[in-house]
Amino acid sequence: MLSYIAKRLFLMIPLLFGITLITFTVIHLAPGDPVEVQTEMSLKSSAQARDNLKKLYGLDKPLHVQYLDWITRFVKLDFGTSFVDGRKVSNKILERIPITLIINLLSLLLIFLIAIPIGVFSAAKQYSLFDKLSTVFVFIGFSTPTFWLALLLMILFGVTLGMLPISGVQSIDVSEMGPLQRGWDWIRHLILPVGISAFGGIAGLSRYSRSSMLEVIRQDYIRTAKAKGLTEPRIMYRHALRNALMPVVTILGLSVPGLIGGGVIFETIFAIPGMGQLFYSSAMSRDYPTIMGILVIGAVLTLAGNLIADISYALVDPRIRVKE
Amino acid sequence: MLEIIWKRFRRNPLSLTGCIVVLVLVSIALLAPFIAPYDPTAINVHDVLSPPCKAHLFGTDELGRDLFSRIIWGSRVSLKVGFVAVGIAILTGTLVGALAGFYGGATDAVLMRFVDIMLAFPTFFLILAVIAILEPNIFTIMVVIGITGWMDVARLVRAEFLTIKQRDFISAARATGMSDARLILRHILPNALSPVFVAATFGIAGAILIESGLSFLGLGVQPPEPSWGNILTAGKDNIEVAWWLSLFPGIAILITVLSYNLVGEGLRDAIDPRLWEAESGK
Repeated sequence: MLSYIAKRLFLMIPLLFGITLITFTVIHLAPGDPVEVQTEMSLKSSAQARDNLKKLYGLDKPLHVQYLDWITRFVKLDFGTSFVDGRKVSNKILERIPITLIINLLSLLLIFLIAIPIGVFSAAKQYSLFDKLSTVFVFIGFSTPTFWLALLLMILFGVTLGMLPISGVQSIDVSEMGPLQRGWDWIRHLILPVGISAFGGIAGLSRYSRSSMLEVIRQDYIRTAKAKGLTEPRIMYRHALRNALMPVVTILGLSVPGLIGGGVIFETIFAIPGMGQLFYSSAMSRDYPTIMGILVIGAVLTLAGNLIADISYALVDPRIRVKE
Repeated sequence: MLEIIWKRFRRNPLSLTGCIVVLVLVSIALLAPFIAPYDPTAINVHDVLSPPCKAHLFGTDELGRDLFSRIIWGSRVSLKVGFVAVGIAILTGTLVGALAGFYGGATDAVLMRFVDIMLAFPTFFLILAVIAILEPNIFTIMVVIGITGWMDVARLVRAEFLTIKQRDFISAARATGMSDARLILRHILPNALSPVFVAATFGIAGAILIESGLSFLGLGVQPPEPSWGNILTAGKDNIEVAWWLSLFPGIAILITVLSYNLVGEGLRDAIDPRLWEAESGK
């Protein structure tokens, strides 16, 4: 097992190198640089001032030198300073991670709690009314733009019913609240964002666990269990379910990039100060160091997710380890 | 072959409905100038934010423009982005997948590691970064969605090539001294294409969703040109007074994306040979 993990870790090194190289190339070959963005605002900025700014940011050096500089610092987890406010990129990202992480973990939890029972029940009762309804739900879930759903729910719960706040993670008067009230206020702010970010995932995962369950039900050992005269629930929920859920654990790891990337739109809609919103504002102001930092961290988290998925799969299914 | 697929596809009522809706949507997009009752960019200060009524079926926006006409014209954007972005993705993916699958060895290893690297990026971040740096317009969007969405196609085509190239008729073709290019284009590729069509159909649905999201963020099609995504931005800005600006463009997106997904599902079932055998055995 340890050698399997070591091998997987070793394979990640060239991938990491490629990721940083692509990120760097994409950002730097694009026309327009941050100096232009900063100086086009004031007519007074001379060519001299522009050169000074370029020197300050290291933009006057050849590209490969800039890349080497950046990668050397990157290995030491130093992503440089933001072009926008001069703060350290690592600090800017670090302070945004918790809220994004909390929302993603909560929505993952919600996805698993809702999607797996839906998938398993519709497989166990294939072609039943429940199965058909859940299939309809899955297709609608796949096809709904989540930001639109967010808008509709904001209108319904925020504007029409006035039940839930539609912006930020805390009310303006939060400092006057007691700790209990404050917690409740925080939960109320998270209900819509978490629910909406889970929506698409529920559709996907319930479809996935349904087909996984259907595949297992057709296996020989299930027929054997039936022939032995075991009861239907015992066959379904003891013999079939466990095997059907094995591939589902890998989905957990594979859903990381979607969750991180999808955050951009709904964090912007709900004004949640997370990674997505930071990325959006950095992209708008061409803040190269922050953009590169988040892109690389996003990719590293994805690789980590894949690794965890593979390892957990190898843990539950020994055949994988032996084959490798 | 095509006849069998069509026969099997026809039997699924949902997919058939999806197919008809897609055809209707394409016609609407093509005939937009004749169907739309108003000029989609004509500003009317006397009729600002009017709710749906007889004169304006879907109401008007904050500049008094007719929402119904804007949504009809917006279907052109979705159609263009869907087809062009997926076209780029299919061409790139097929090329990479075919080379990797046919030549194997080092070519395969290098190309597939590149695929792995591209897959590691959260796609939406990558798209956003590139579009924010370049000029956001419909052309940039199509290209960027295309070049960030080809990896799955490459994997599919590679897998098909790996199995097909070991079949007897390929060895026979090889034995005649045929060039690699001819072998790939004339003999292997046509047999590897069916899963690509399925992926393309789902890809169009995905591209339309991404475009609407980008336009919603102001990084896609720029106003005054109407796109379903940028109409929704107006919906968000007027969220407390004009629900219709948020409701109708979203329904348009939902119906369009749903139809392509249903067609994709039907195609997948129709071309799956495992299901053919299961049926002939009945």
